Amino acid sequence: MTTAAMPASVKKPQNVQKEDAMWLQKELINRNYTELATAHQMGRKVSATFVPGNLNELLMCFDFARSLPETNALQNGMRKKSGKMIMDAERDGQSEDVCTYVKADLGMMMGGEVGPTGEVLPRPDVLLLSYTGCFTFMKWFELIRHKYGCETVMLHVPYQGEGKIAPNMREYVVKQLKENVIPTLERISGVKFDIDRLRQYMRESQKAEEDLVAVLQSAKNRPSPIDGYFGAVYYIGPIFTAFRGTPEASQYYSVLRGEIEERVRQGKGPVTPEGEMGEEKYRLVVEGPPNWTSFRDFWKMFYEEGAVVVSSTYAKVGGLYDFGFRHDADRPLESLAEYCLGCYTNLNLPSRIDMICRYIDEYQADGLLINSIKSCNSFSAGQLLILREVEKRTGKPAAFIETDLVDPRYFSAANVKNRLESYFQMIKQKRTSGVGHDLPRTIPIAAAH
Amino acid sequence: MTATIPPAVAIVQRCEALFDDLDFKAVKAWKAAGTGRKAIGYMPVYVPRELVHAAGMLPVGILGGGDSLEVIQGDAYYQSYICRIPRSTIELGLTGRLDCLDGMLFPSICDVIRNLSGMWQILFKDKYVRYFDVPQNYQDEIGGRYYVHELEILRDDLGKLRGKPIGDAELNASIAVYNDNRAAVRDLYAYRARKPWQAPTSEVYLLLRAGMVLPPEEHTKLVREYLAAVDEFPRPKRDNARVVINGTFCEQPPLALIKSIEMSGCYVVDDDFMLVTRWLLDDVPADGNPLEELSKAFLHRSASTAAKYDATREEKGVFLLKQVKTRGAEGVVFAAPSFCDPALLERPMLQDVLAKHGVPYTAFKYAENTGQMAPIREQAGTFADSIKLWSAA
Ligand code: SF4
Ligand code: SF4
Repeated sequence: MTTAAMPASVKKPQNVQKEDAMWLQKELINRNYTELATAHQMGRKVSATFVPGNLNELLMCFDFARSLPETNALQNGMRKKSGKMIMDAERDGQSEDVCTYVKADLGMMMGGEVGPTGEVLPRPDVLLLSYTGCFTFMKWFELIRHKYGCETVMLHVPYQGEGKIAPNMREYVVKQLKENVIPTLERISGVKFDIDRLRQYMRESQKAEEDLVAVLQSAKNRPSPIDGYFGAVYYIGPIFTAFRGTPEASQYYSVLRGEIEERVRQGKGPVTPEGEMGEEKYRLVVEGPPNWTSFRDFWKMFYEEGAVVVSSTYAKVGGLYDFGFRHDADRPLESLAEYCLGCYTNLNLPSRIDMICRYIDEYQADGLLINSIKSCNSFSAGQLLILREVEKRTGKPAAFIETDLVDPRYFSAANVKNRLESYFQMIKQKRTSGVGHDLPRTIPIAAAH
Repeated sequence: MTATIPPAVAIVQRCEALFDDLDFKAVKAWKAAGTGRKAIGYMPVYVPRELVHAAGMLPVGILGGGDSLEVIQGDAYYQSYICRIPRSTIELGLTGRLDCLDGMLFPSICDVIRNLSGMWQILFKDKYVRYFDVPQNYQDEIGGRYYVHELEILRDDLGKLRGKPIGDAELNASIAVYNDNRAAVRDLYAYRARKPWQAPTSEVYLLLRAGMVLPPEEHTKLVREYLAAVDEFPRPKRDNARVVINGTFCEQPPLALIKSIEMSGCYVVDDDFMLVTRWLLDDVPADGNPLEELSKAFLHRSASTAAKYDATREEKGVFLLKQVKTRGAEGVVFAAPSFCDPALLERPMLQDVLAKHGVPYTAFKYAENTGQMAPIREQAGTFADSIKLWSAA
């Protein structure tokens, strides 16, 4: 799971509309690739870490250039490069059953580490295994370590099995930060840890977090000025990756917020790749990551029908800020621990259901759509129960589609489109007559080929 | 006139009956034999059963529905690309077969079991449910401290469930009971490695399965009786290849699959079935601070499996290589449940280590309800033949 930047290789087509913030975002993400590509030449060490639980502020304290393997995979997916990488990794012994992010990453490394922008990415000097929200993370970095010998530092973040962060859990994470993570990062980087530097970055993070929340919550307006899923993956890009804690990120989020607030004042809907969206007909909450290999086509199936996603759980994978959490410079390490513990997929199923129901209520959504990802047990195992429970509790219709992240073999446009159309139909019927519950809610993935 | 069944056969038959019984009658009978008795279920790989036992409760290993359970409702809870054990476990729950359990523990193994803990909280609201996390940091002062705290919570919860806190003396007594059980299982594994024709894995497997539903004291006795009984009567020794099975730590292969591997010409001399019985590698001191001792054993003297982090690259595969070496195995059979992230992501690394050490291996996938054994028998047979050819060369 993770975040997107506009593809660098794609020239701005004439009919594509983009806001200033969008170009700023693109510049940030692409700049990071150049920084990574030149890091070793510039004498900088390189770290890799996952989007959920990424400790960007901490890594910056040691001057690391920062790579996020999920972002690389999704960027390659959007540029239609991931299919080959996945097959290369499968030929190299990876099972067809496991997460395709891992295989896209391993395939990219096997292919000479040519990154999404065409620049050669360096081999990381350290893998910060922030182990939160996903089991696969552990094996992913073990696999890279096994093949390339990169040093790995584990930060084990306990799961919120009881739906809360117990003090013991926080202490455990803080202790690992103090005694394992920080000393390892100091040793590898040769830079001494300075807690005041960390505090400074965290203050910066907080500003960006405030603005991001304002942007995401603007979708409570009617019409919603943003798409909280397809649009949000661009908005979360900088803050979920190498930029949280930088002044550039703060600037980006403040510009973005300004633009969105202006749209609210003007009563405008979201901007899509084909321009302003037409009339807002359906308001949805979406659970699960998007598909990247057909991202534009997938999005189009929504905006063409006048469907806007007002809130999504995916826009919270790299940090859950809308219920009040902020990085806190006064308690830096505790706050980093809470950040990791609070990632969306580190929440138990009942908490995830509560959150979705709350979104449906607060954003006045018509229903829930689950995009179930074949790759991702972390998100997907249990989603059918989420669907039932949310329907039961909200009385709103829910629907279920199945795709994959970056494996083009698992995106069946016709089936997804059909399913979405009948779902929109169901919502319409329910609005007028209160019926529609008896329509089939799911398509099995087998049918999606 | 009644023909007397040899004791070893009788023991295996008893184990098989326990294995076949998806209604957990043994658990119900145990509960009915005393007032206020409680049973606590647990999923693979490891939970400290000592705590459950010390509370006077029966720990019950839940390993899915096998190949004889018809899964109807469970399928409505899982997409086709998720392994089978959670859906058959849900099926067991929804059909009332697990009503005899007063609680369930879901240990940290993968995201499927993790999420199943939350599903259980929703579906079985009146039962005790706990996700039991274990540390991936193996320092006493860090991972150990965290783990002792997790153990304390479980101890408190179970104490509340029975209406009386669990004392240290009770816990130490249970540690001793499980030390004895582990010793018996260690003997069983050593015996099988020595004489795999005397103690075939299909029988050893059933014996371990019996330990999932029987009280540990009874299970220990049964294992010892079996060992004594099988040694009485020589069985024919075949020229089989000696293999270690790896990847079967969670969703179980059908019994027919284990038999097929043996019939194809393999002697299984080590495996990762029901690791809970062998997770702690040696005796846990039964006269110290019990939670501290359980924690130290977990951190420093426990088995390795895909669900556990290897702190350095050098550690990867060491446990498996040791199994191969100490058991005198000639090859490894990787058998993983379809869609099992831990087993399937671990496998390429283990294979690489084996390749570097010149240990041959073969690999396939299964599901708990796999029906077609012919391809597996063929593959295992070819593997066994190649090992024999290779060793003859
Ligand atoms: S399993 Fe899911 S959360 Fe984990 S790396 Fe893959 S996509 Fe991300
Ligand atoms: S079989 Fe594998 S993926 Fe399935 S629950 Fe067990 S460990 Fe997880």
